[in-house]
Amino acid sequence: MDDKTRLREEFDKAVPKATPKPPYVKHGIAAFTIGGGICVFSQILIDIFQGYGLNYTEASTIQTIILIFLTALLTGLGIFDKIGRVAGAGTFVPITGFANSIVSCAMEFKSEGFIFGLGANMFKVAGPVLVYGITSSWIVGIIYYIYLMVS
Amino acid sequence: MAKKIGEQTIVFDEKISISQTASVVGPMEGQGLLGNDFDLVVSDDCLGESTFEKGECMMLKTSIDTLMRKGKFTQSDIDIIIGGDLLNQLITTTFTALNYDMMYWGIYSACASFAQALQIGSTAIESGAVNRVIACTSSHFSTAERQYRTPLELGSQSKSTAQRTVTGAGCVSLEKGGSGPYITHMTIGKIVDFDQKDAANMGTAMAPAAAHTILRHFRDTGTSFDDYDMVYTGDLAKIGLDILTDILTMEGYNPCGRLNDCGHMIYDTTKQHAETGGSGAGCSSSVFAGHIYRKLKNKELEKILFVPTGALLSTVSSYQKNSIPSIAHAVVISNKKGKQNA
Repeated sequence: MDDKTRLREEFDKAVPKATPKPPYVKHGIAAFTIGGGICVFSQILIDIFQGYGLNYTEASTIQTIILIFLTALLTGLGIFDKIGRVAGAGTFVPITGFANSIVSCAMEFKSEGFIFGLGANMFKVAGPVLVYGITSSWIVGIIYYIYLMVS
Repeated sequence: MAKKIGEQTIVFDEKISISQTASVVGPMEGQGLLGNDFDLVVSDDCLGESTFEKGECMMLKTSIDTLMRKGKFTQSDIDIIIGGDLLNQLITTTFTALNYDMMYWGIYSACASFAQALQIGSTAIESGAVNRVIACTSSHFSTAERQYRTPLELGSQSKSTAQRTVTGAGCVSLEKGGSGPYITHMTIGKIVDFDQKDAANMGTAMAPAAAHTILRHFRDTGTSFDDYDMVYTGDLAKIGLDILTDILTMEGYNPCGRLNDCGHMIYDTTKQHAETGGSGAGCSSSVFAGHIYRKLKNKELEKILFVPTGALLSTVSSYQKNSIPSIAHAVVISNKKGKQNA
């Protein structure tokens, strides 16, 4: 048996012992609490705006804008990445994650200029979300249309 | 003349000494476990420049200038400058070398670049054609993060197996003769690829390459851990070091506390946010230039085996779902240059 084959066997034995288990429970709790907190905060905003006489759609639009603004501000101040490090999916799944991905890319690539840097790379992380988000909503829309026609 | 022994090891005939070293690191490395060993800890990781890339160049330039000052060298004293970094097309090293009127070799072996620079430099000196070379490498957290991973301000979670790229530059001057420590042997690595595909777990990918080179070196030279005060790998960090220790023990070589890793030594992972440890081309060079060289000089260490490791992936290769080919090159650095009997 040659060196590399034996080394491979020893490697395969050593890897599971050395690799730590990802802290799923800790991550899960952090994501649930912080993500849930963001949702509660948003609901409070919606309730306040509805209290001022706006309808639900208007109130929810303003709430989204506020969330995006706060995320962009915290990203620019260099705070958001530290929250995201703890929260994980808790800040990545709500609109905060989307806003952060665009602002962070814009900041990162500004050094290559406004066209080939910022312009070309701003949607580097958010781009795939848009492409597949819009495509899948299209598909769901068609299915729903057909369902309505049939029934 | 240099002589090849065994399969991958070369013994140098000339006295090739590491006459001087210099290291510059970023703030987080300065707060780490080896913080007092570096020549300079910068407080601003941009070093006053407009971009992180320029900051990295400035960091490498500062380390080379420090080396020249410490060694009292002028530009004409240096024949060749040999160096590498992690950025595409070696922009850091090349743009830094632009500042010097010296012959220049840009090299790439990812995080093992420093070992490659030492090996090429030693070979050039052994040839008799050059007297003094500089070997240097650098890496920077913020430039590597953008090229290999995600924007700095993206609020994403790093995997528990990830490593932090060291912001640091280290350089050494190699010269013919001198008072040591000497580079006496080198073992040129072979690429090892055990189908590891996780770019956030490079220690695991590189550990077998380190094991392959160390075992090859031991067999080629008839040595073991007993013959070295320390064996230092480059940037395996905690997980990689554990795997390497395990493999070597299974092979019948017990490290007995004589094996450590620069990436594992540099950060205090219990307090600092560095996941499992450091990585990057500047990791092994800054730790060698700052920490290990000092220990060799005050005779705390007499003879070491220095084995920087490199994960030779790119973003293209990993997006195309290729595995991570890895390499490790070794050099023996000793305070004594005896007659080679091997």
